[in-house]
Amino acid sequence: MSELKLMKGNEALAEAAIRAGVDAYYGYPITPQSEVMEYLMAANPVKTTGMVVLQAESELASINMVYGAAGAGKMAMTSSSSPGISLMQEGISYIAGAELPCVVVNVVRGGPGLGTIQPSQADYFQTVKGGGHGDYKLITLAPASVQEMADFLKLAFDLAFKYRNPAMILSDGAIGQMMEKVELFDPIPRRTDEQVYEQCPWATTGRKRNTDKRVITSLRLVASVQEAFNQKLQNKYQVIQENEVRCEMLNCDDADLVIVAYGSSARTSMKAVELARKDGVKLGILRPQTLWPFPIKQIEALAQKVKGFLTVEMSAGQMVEDVRLAVNGKVPVEHYGRMGGVIASPAEICEAAKSFLNKCK
Amino acid sequence: MNLEDIIKPENCVFKKTELLNDKPLSFCPGCGHGVVHRITMECVEELGIMEDTIGIAPVGCAVLAYEFMEIDMQEAAHGRAPAVATGIKRVWPKKYVFTYQGDGDLAAIGTAETMHCCNRGENILIIFINNGIYGMTGGQMAPTTLEGSKTATCPYGRDTSTMGYPLKITELVAQLPGVRYVTRQSVHTPAAVRKAKAAIKKALMLQAEGKQGTCFIEICTNCNSGWKMSPVQANKWMEENTFKYYVPGDIKDEFKLLKNPIAND
Amino acid sequence: MAKVRGAVVVDTEKCKGCGLCVDACKFHVLALSATVNLKGYNPAYMVEPENCTGCTNCATVCPDTVITVYRAKAEA
Repeated sequence: MSELKLMKGNEALAEAAIRAGVDAYYGYPITPQSEVMEYLMAANPVKTTGMVVLQAESELASINMVYGAAGAGKMAMTSSSSPGISLMQEGISYIAGAELPCVVVNVVRGGPGLGTIQPSQADYFQTVKGGGHGDYKLITLAPASVQEMADFLKLAFDLAFKYRNPAMILSDGAIGQMMEKVELFDPIPRRTDEQVYEQCPWATTGRKRNTDKRVITSLRLVASVQEAFNQKLQNKYQVIQENEVRCEMLNCDDADLVIVAYGSSARTSMKAVELARKDGVKLGILRPQTLWPFPIKQIEALAQKVKGFLTVEMSAGQMVEDVRLAVNGKVPVEHYGRMGGVIASPAEICEAAKSFLNKCK
Repeated sequence: MNLEDIIKPENCVFKKTELLNDKPLSFCPGCGHGVVHRITMECVEELGIMEDTIGIAPVGCAVLAYEFMEIDMQEAAHGRAPAVATGIKRVWPKKYVFTYQGDGDLAAIGTAETMHCCNRGENILIIFINNGIYGMTGGQMAPTTLEGSKTATCPYGRDTSTMGYPLKITELVAQLPGVRYVTRQSVHTPAAVRKAKAAIKKALMLQAEGKQGTCFIEICTNCNSGWKMSPVQANKWMEENTFKYYVPGDIKDEFKLLKNPIAND
Repeated sequence: MAKVRGAVVVDTEKCKGCGLCVDACKFHVLALSATVNLKGYNPAYMVEPENCTGCTNCATVCPDTVITVYRAKAEA
């Protein structure tokens, strides 16, 4: 039964994992996402759905446990925060190279290095430009509410299995920690062994007699074979780019200036739009829900009629580069942001937007 | 009696297991990896567990194990095989899961994964090939390289004052309560091969019986290319030197009473 | 006791000529060939076939599993 609850973002995500019929969570504690594993351990889903929850010795181990379970056809996930996600990059690259479906959650905190434990969006480049080695892409979902923490967990698994590709939920410390009401979707039973065999004929579940063995690997020693595989990946990415873009647009129809922001920044920016509209300034907002694939066409279309774009990010400006690529010089694009775990207030975003709009005219 | 009378299908007493394919192994002549590949696959075949067995290949000389072993396999990142195996075993507890790792993979870059997998007592089999050197990258020092041994990165011999001591990770692992069966074997003589095979078979049977605990089998092999000896010389050197430090035999066995499972030899 | 005769068949093209089988054979049945295979190795062959008992020791230590062993009871 779907039910309405007041929950932290991290808790909603964990509850959604149980309800989505996830088979395994492997993780390692790190602030500000530790509630994910704490919630799962307390819920003890192995007794109800059979979902395995295991505290690993490191993020390295977690992501490689995910690799193993995903390679054996199971719905496996992990979560961490920025420094831990950096440790996972090797495993994520291997998972992409072996085309395994899984979900990785990054509740981002400020960096570089150990940084802060406050919310940040400075891991955008790492996530959408390939944090590990090699040409690969992560399907990247950016929740902006506790509701989306729950909903995107299921969506991430759906997309990961649809395309046999790792998916990342790029959240941040604010979305992970804040409490909101959330409508939890009805529980979906975990797949039976037979359903796993049927849905994942490529998975290593034990070679059946008179069938070929299955191998999960990212090693292709012959250059032409590796290139052919790379091309296959690129073709897949093209299909994802064409079919899976998700974004929300508010007040864009008559907007002079459009703010592009995701996650927490989108929440504060929405308030900034309200403030500006009260003053008669026509601001709109485009909120990417998928950071990769990026809403290129939507931004392209808006670029025909607006005077400029302002990205608002909790970073030195990372997504702004993708917005500039999409706008392709048609109108000015600028960035406004705070760093190191500081969240920009709606008022300062509103001011920044107004002064940028004046320059655009 | 002519050879033609002897060489008949009904007289065959040894042939390659069907779980090892016909591709030429990528190992140097005389390398012990080939034997361990074979006896591992013989055990899987003889126990009739192919349909439920998942192997994990390492990074190192045995990186292509999945090319030769005709069972479902996953290739792990360097050192991470025990984590990958854990990930599989936890979601498929009734499957037989084993890792196949070298000394660099298991005892250097993957030490944390090895120790914690064993400490959790994951119900898997770890097959650890110790040849005291990094073979694939061209003969550099391994954590298990003996004191005084010369390699590409200790050309004057391993100096323990600056390079540390040869790591007895098998003895370390044996201290952990999660580990139930730890043995050190070799494959340099026919008798040794048969014993090593019996150990692997026993460890797989323990998984079948659902005995909770990790089985850890170290197999000392030569790396004659890396040691710069002929295969026969390398095996003699191993007997005279390696076995003094890495003493063969059972180190821990909580299942001593289990009948010796060897079937065909 | 009936005498047991053995024989081995070496997959000459796959043999890497490591010589471990030669060393493992107590009855000196095997030797490395003076000729080379396509890979350039000197493969093992039965130099003293009459001595073979089919004990499988050579095949057991062969790293490349290129040896198949046969054994039969010799007629009186």
